[in-house]
Amino acid sequence: MLFTSYSFIFFLCILISLYYLIPKRLQWKFLLLGSFVFYFFSGWSNLLYILVTIISTYFTGLKIDDLNRKQNAYLKENKGQITKEERKLYKEKIKAKQWKLLLICLIFNLGILAVVKYTNFAIANINSVLSMFRMTELSFVNLILPMGISFYTFKTMGYIIDVYRGKYEPERNIGKLALFVSFFPQLIQGPISRYDDLSKSLYQEHSFDSQTFSYGFQRVLWGYFKKLVVADRIVAAVLTITRNPDIYDGVYVFVGMVFYAIQLYADFTGGIDITIGVAQMLGIEVKENFIRPYFSKSIVEYWRRWHITMGTWFRDYIFYPLSVCKPMLNLSKASRNRFGDKIGKRVPVYLATMMVWFTTGIWHGSSWNFIVWGLLNGVVILISQELEPLYAKFHQKVKIGDTFGFRLFRVIRTFLLMSSLRILDCYRDVGISFKMFFTMFTKPDIRVLFDGSLLKLGLDASDYVVLIIGVIVLLTFSLIQRKGSVREMLSYNSAVLRYSIYIILFFSVLIFGAYGIGFDSNQFIYNQF
Amino acid sequence: MEALLKILEELHPEIDFDSHEHLIDEKVLDSFDIITLIAEINDEYDVAIPAHEIIPENFNSAKALYSLIERLQDED
Repeated sequence: MLFTSYSFIFFLCILISLYYLIPKRLQWKFLLLGSFVFYFFSGWSNLLYILVTIISTYFTGLKIDDLNRKQNAYLKENKGQITKEERKLYKEKIKAKQWKLLLICLIFNLGILAVVKYTNFAIANINSVLSMFRMTELSFVNLILPMGISFYTFKTMGYIIDVYRGKYEPERNIGKLALFVSFFPQLIQGPISRYDDLSKSLYQEHSFDSQTFSYGFQRVLWGYFKKLVVADRIVAAVLTITRNPDIYDGVYVFVGMVFYAIQLYADFTGGIDITIGVAQMLGIEVKENFIRPYFSKSIVEYWRRWHITMGTWFRDYIFYPLSVCKPMLNLSKASRNRFGDKIGKRVPVYLATMMVWFTTGIWHGSSWNFIVWGLLNGVVILISQELEPLYAKFHQKVKIGDTFGFRLFRVIRTFLLMSSLRILDCYRDVGISFKMFFTMFTKPDIRVLFDGSLLKLGLDASDYVVLIIGVIVLLTFSLIQRKGSVREMLSYNSAVLRYSIYIILFFSVLIFGAYGIGFDSNQFIYNQF
Repeated sequence: MEALLKILEELHPEIDFDSHEHLIDEKVLDSFDIITLIAEINDEYDVAIPAHEIIPENFNSAKALYSLIERLQDED
């Protein structure tokens, strides 16, 4: 069930109406039912996958907690009778058991994800080796990728690791855990919520609050505007350029790259706006996933502001554990002894960074273009980290100051850098991506920008007018947002102005949304991840 | 505490670590600094800071970080 489908709107209307009519103590159970219905419509077999993940995570959490209780009881019972050393040994024994349980759960769930997502990628790679030796190639398997599997698997992994770390106790009600994992607005493309964040409002009883509801509704409307008016319109030109690399090179690649940046932003942030808005209409708070990322002045800042819940997930559950694990600390020590302090202390940071970016790449898709994209992000981040002292020296000598012009330069530089890396995402092929990237410099024929060629990319003049207005609206709202919530600012204004804006937004989605003849309401890009 | 201050000052000589109490919140220390710091603390104090202890409350000031080191030494 797509967010942009009529069935979703119908589903949402019924769900929200009943949600506020039924007894409040039943609300979370009703949401669970609604989430399963939502998921069922994407295919009943998908439901099996998510159920297996919920059940395995639930029982692992309980078992880990049982061991904690056993340990506490033993230590209490034997207080004063055992030595500090015995106490430590006992704790280590329990921890080892918990570690084993955690590992089994992680391998099991990650295994499911790996099998459905990466089997054919592995087969394709094996086949390319086999073909070199002229051996019989393996046949591909027909596996359905359950909707949102990467998102809910990461959510459950975060939960079980936190339980193991003792951050919170496991959820004892399997229904509540199931709702956390399958909460329908987040199923398609996240955000990857943490249990301790989402559970605060997910299981609470919610009375209808007109202010919260209307804020949520406005956010949903804003999301549809981004998705239907901007993303689903510009996609035609992006596809024309990137699916025909033999015809469209040079300046077209630049156009495609910038258009894709707009499409991806409008698509992904629009989808997240709908998610957060729907949750808000239900009285549930979901963490923000973006903070105006295209205003970032560096790539590090960009990744702090783009897909935040994914970035922090990788930081907390992969980057930190990997960087501070014993073998890594030993490696750090050894390399410092061998290569000196300067190089030695970089080893764990470099290794962990590249491993995280490799994982980030492959998480986005089972193909080499995503892996190379991930690794390149890591390389650029490390290079910019290394160049920081040079920048500092340069700024000491050349007093540029924090002027608007310099800030704008940095913002545009970061935007172009990130867009260039995303070419790998556009063309989905490493060789073609690099080839097309270089044609921007070897075939800089800027006439195509002015001679009407852009009108042959699947968009006519009226489409461009709608797009330009759409982008200006996005940019204006982002600029205003720097001073605070636009919805709150609007709420202080007169009702006439407020409702005029809502009505204009509503009708622009209806009138200018890219549907009808010639357009096809597209899947959200992040659905496939 | 002195050894810890020395490690911190080597990372960021421009910061007064005696008084700063928002090292993470104000993004003085980034994730790269934290990893370097943990490796150096491991060398100096023979204490392994586990990943789940990498939270703003433990790294926002030199004092908080030193308390963490002491707590982990006690647990050992």
